Amino acid sequence: MRGAATTLRSELMGLSGILERNTYIIRRYIWWELAWFVWTLANTLTIAFIAKGFAQSGAKIDVNKATSWLLIGALVWSYLGMVFGLLVEMVQWERWEGTIEHTFMAPLSRTMHLLGTGLFAVLYGIVRTAALFVVIALFFHLRLPHANYAAALVVLLVASVSFIGIGMMTSVLPLISPEKGVQLGYVAQGLLLVVSGVYYDVSVLPGWMQALARISPATYALRALRKTIIDGAGVRSLWGDIWPLLVIGVVAIPLGLEIFRRGERYAKRHGKLKRSG
Amino acid sequence: MLPASAFSHPSAVPGAPAVEVFELRKEFRRREGLHRRRVTALNAVSFSIERGECVAILGQNGSGKSTLVRLLSTLLLEDGGSARVFGYDVFREPRRVQRLINRVSVEASFFKRLSAIENLSYAARFYGLRRRETSAEIPRILERVGFPLDRATGPMEDLSRGMQQKVALARALLTSPALLLLDEPTTGLDPRSKLEVQEFIREVRRVHDATVLLCTHDLAEAEKLAERVGILHRGELLCLAPAAELKRRYRTETLEQAFFAATGTALDEGEEASE
Repeated sequence: MRGAATTLRSELMGLSGILERNTYIIRRYIWWELAWFVWTLANTLTIAFIAKGFAQSGAKIDVNKATSWLLIGALVWSYLGMVFGLLVEMVQWERWEGTIEHTFMAPLSRTMHLLGTGLFAVLYGIVRTAALFVVIALFFHLRLPHANYAAALVVLLVASVSFIGIGMMTSVLPLISPEKGVQLGYVAQGLLLVVSGVYYDVSVLPGWMQALARISPATYALRALRKTIIDGAGVRSLWGDIWPLLVIGVVAIPLGLEIFRRGERYAKRHGKLKRSG
Repeated sequence: MLPASAFSHPSAVPGAPAVEVFELRKEFRRREGLHRRRVTALNAVSFSIERGECVAILGQNGSGKSTLVRLLSTLLLEDGGSARVFGYDVFREPRRVQRLINRVSVEASFFKRLSAIENLSYAARFYGLRRRETSAEIPRILERVGFPLDRATGPMEDLSRGMQQKVALARALLTSPALLLLDEPTTGLDPRSKLEVQEFIREVRRVHDATVLLCTHDLAEAEKLAERVGILHRGELLCLAPAAELKRRYRTETLEQAFFAATGTALDEGEEASE
């Protein structure tokens, strides 16, 4: 019993080490963070302007609602990008800095290593996405009188479990392919973008793509978030979207860990667990 | 004297040697055009190291030294044979082994924008050390390795290689390893830094009772620091004995001549890399 408690304490300490390290990195690269924020802001504005553009060309749409609808898509996409980005670049970054061998030979379980990275990505993603949302909402003078932000946060946190699980699956790619692994991770992210209804309803997709949409957590996250922000829906009324997210999360995390474990064994077998150059 | 470590040594199997390697074999596949060929990095290597002993492995670049260290560091899986550290199977019980070892390699391996203190602090957390344990210990250890504390909060990228290597030694010591794996720790250092690092290695052994496996191609360093010296050549361990005995065995006056007699090549002649 005491041994288990000591192990758990040590594991949690390792997880806190991941959070600590990533916080230092963000702090040391703060100007780059600001530059990236501006880039994300510009991208999101580009999407949010689409509604105004359509209205000006004669389309009869509720500009406020359409802008909010697109904005939520862009924000979720940006959030997803941050979570996936941090996970998929975890290995590549360490390879580049040369710390990969020290991290992988430390007595830190891979579960805590990956969960720590995922947890940091979620915390960091929520802060950045909230800041982005405030700036864009002020820019467009968006009126969201019914928005239920607490419910939106719950949906985002539940969805994040699945996002971390899928992120773990993609984070193995740079481990087995040091040269092209990261790019392959972005391919996976792009596939989620196209089937999940980021900027359109999934009902416009062909049947086979709608089938893929049903297994993408982003589909349910986007639908539920739009309901909370635009219509003010509460958590109870969102159960139809929340339970699939829970199921996908419960499957994705262990699956992600197992895929990473196998990838790590492959890397150890073939000598790929080493720094670049 | 080194500061008394705040952390106790992790447990090890009683009576087991520090390192037991038996018939250890590792191959890598190398792409050559459309074909792949197998390159043997280590071929049936066997040896053991007693607790508290320092063993140096001499070898040219590509002889398999780094592969041996990476196998013992749990970063590679074997293709044959076995390896045990303080009685634990390196490949089947890696977590137990990881708690007992640390490593200093030729590259300092840090997040270069982070400071020395930041790099040591997060790394200590991976070994289960709390902030209240490390906040006082890190400056003490840095001071002991001769690192100027006024540079400890600046980015590592602004430090010389010698200074970075001292931080690497401090990182290894912070976790109180029972087995210290040193993979060419003084390569590329200026003579003064080299001497400081070598003196520090002696002190780590004396005070912390650590076992040391030193892979190097510096003959003088091997002779000065190690009780036994091994010669690794093209993945094969040709001999492992005290330096004096090696000189007797090969009827030479210097270790360099003994190396030449054993391998037919000089130590500084390059070979193809094993990975």
